[in-house]
Amino acid sequence: MQKLVEWIDARLPVVTAFEKHMSKYYAPKNFNMWYFFGSLSLLVLVNQLVTGIWLTMSYNPSAEGAFASVEYIMRDVEYGWLLRYLHSTGASAFFVCVYLHMFRGLMYGSYRKPRELVWIFGMTIYLCLMAEAFMGYLLPWGQMSYWGAQVIVNLFGAIPGIGEDLALWIRGDYLISGITLNRFFALHVVALPIVLLALVVLHLLALHEVGSNNPDGVEIKKNKNAQGIPLDGIPFHPYYTVHDLVAVVVFLFVFCGVVFFMPEMGGFFLEKPNFEPANPLKTPEHIAPVWYFTPFYAMLRAVTVNLLGLPAKFWGVVVMGAAIAILFVLPWLDRSPVKSIRYKGWISKLALLLFAVSFVILGYLGALPSTPGRTALAQATTAIYFAYFILMPWFSKIDKTKPVPERVTG
Amino acid sequence: MKKLIASLVLAVLPAISLASGAGVHLDHMKPDLHDKASLQKGAALFTNYCMGCHSLKYARYERIANDLGISNELYEQNLMFGDAKIGELINIAMPASNAKTWFGNPPPDLTLEGRLRGADWLYTYLRAFYVDPSRPYGVNNAVFKDVGMPHVLAGLQGVCAHKPETGAEKKVDSLSGRIVSEGGCEEYLKEGSLSKKEYDETVYDLVNFLVYMGEPSRLQSERLGVYVLLFLAFLFVFVYFLNREYWKDVH
Repeated sequence: MQKLVEWIDARLPVVTAFEKHMSKYYAPKNFNMWYFFGSLSLLVLVNQLVTGIWLTMSYNPSAEGAFASVEYIMRDVEYGWLLRYLHSTGASAFFVCVYLHMFRGLMYGSYRKPRELVWIFGMTIYLCLMAEAFMGYLLPWGQMSYWGAQVIVNLFGAIPGIGEDLALWIRGDYLISGITLNRFFALHVVALPIVLLALVVLHLLALHEVGSNNPDGVEIKKNKNAQGIPLDGIPFHPYYTVHDLVAVVVFLFVFCGVVFFMPEMGGFFLEKPNFEPANPLKTPEHIAPVWYFTPFYAMLRAVTVNLLGLPAKFWGVVVMGAAIAILFVLPWLDRSPVKSIRYKGWISKLALLLFAVSFVILGYLGALPSTPGRTALAQATTAIYFAYFILMPWFSKIDKTKPVPERVTG
Repeated sequence: MKKLIASLVLAVLPAISLASGAGVHLDHMKPDLHDKASLQKGAALFTNYCMGCHSLKYARYERIANDLGISNELYEQNLMFGDAKIGELINIAMPASNAKTWFGNPPPDLTLEGRLRGADWLYTYLRAFYVDPSRPYGVNNAVFKDVGMPHVLAGLQGVCAHKPETGAEKKVDSLSGRIVSEGGCEEYLKEGSLSKKEYDETVYDLVNFLVYMGEPSRLQSERLGVYVLLFLAFLFVFVYFLNREYWKDVH
């Protein structure tokens, strides 16, 4: 065994790579439970890839056969129902993990210098994941698949001048059709997974170059021993591998609970109208995107005024795009002298709390049909969402901070 | 701070639920997929009353026979028509174009109806037909207004003389303790072969079968799920102590 490793290592730097990223990658020893969601996202990604490959073996990407092939997987393929539920629940689990992972970053200032690129790669993963999920959702070719795609692709039509042609180009047809299904399938199973994997590699390489942040926001590389090892760092392997293993088992317990006992999750993971095949002539009563898109959908609907001769729908699209785009520049909006929420003042704490609550409320509103009252609430929470970022350069600067310790605590 | 946020997130999560239904009150039924007798009766009812017009085109005869504990031979003799083979998908002979002329719309495939509509909806719908001479087949439905479907089960239920109240609470006379009204059909224009209670049980079996049909893997999933969760709980003990063993040196 030793010989084999030596033989390979002389030709490929496997030992160096393992040391750099695992056994000699020094991570702060004070990670808390919020730090599990990065590894868990990776676990779900692997689940999606593996179950996705097996689903592809029995899926038929055509308007005539897609819906029937999904039911064929559910009924005739051995453990096909399990593969499908692992994949459909995995999609939601991915977003749960990613949202919590991002929230961790917001709390502890993990986007701050020198981790700007880590954050930007992460945001790009999030963007890519949204495209991946959106295209995957069309594949079962149910009513909600179809009409959800119709609504979202039509949003591009709101762009003045080129909009209609752009929407046509994306669909490849005048309405969502088998042609759209085929291209979404190609993008979902080949193009986007490749991009996603590449981005994950970049995210991790950039992280391992600068080192992980921690709940105190202290740079552990500032205090090293004689061998150049950070005093507050411990090797990722084996310490965090065994640590993450505990989280993995707990996560799988919850995940499998959903997969085996409640895969529809009350209509949140699998929407009821999707048990009816796509019908271009019959619009469902209420079209709602899957829960992970609902905050942005609520923002889109919150814009109700025409402005500068352009329709409200266009401005809705702008707001929705801006809501995601603004996250990219977050590293340059935070002017606080400290990274972690632990040492920030009450203004920052309150701002983060309001932001998180607004996002959850927006997600709730996006799943419901709109009423004037709900629209008003969506407008208020959209305003809070943007205010968090726009006012950050100001409030993060004037906010009273507590002194940051030299070394990590507990 | 983090405790506050975590508790807030946890507090909001259960409050989230999707709005459902379009204002019709539904009677509640609790499907029981373990009740083989009910599912078998449901399969027989479906074959005799529904399969003339409604296909189960994503499901196979053999799967039903195996899942419900009916021997292939018995199934072939009693629950299959024409020259269908036991391994085939359950298609129907009625051409969709004719069906459209007869009913306004071709009768939908019912493989996934149990998941699409839900048990309560189906249970209420099948008990909510009433006489309405203005409709082509002489009946209307309190759950699905102006439905194209005739009251196929009229021979069993009879025909209700008035629009039945759905999702009604039982009204009990407070002096005598007798049930004054319990919702559903109160007066029949034409009696059926079953009593009200028997008809409710019949519809229960049929809907139970449709719920099974929507997701035939449900019981297998729950059986396997128990073992998976037990294994994970068992594994947790090991990973927990493994982690503790490694981390005891970290201060």
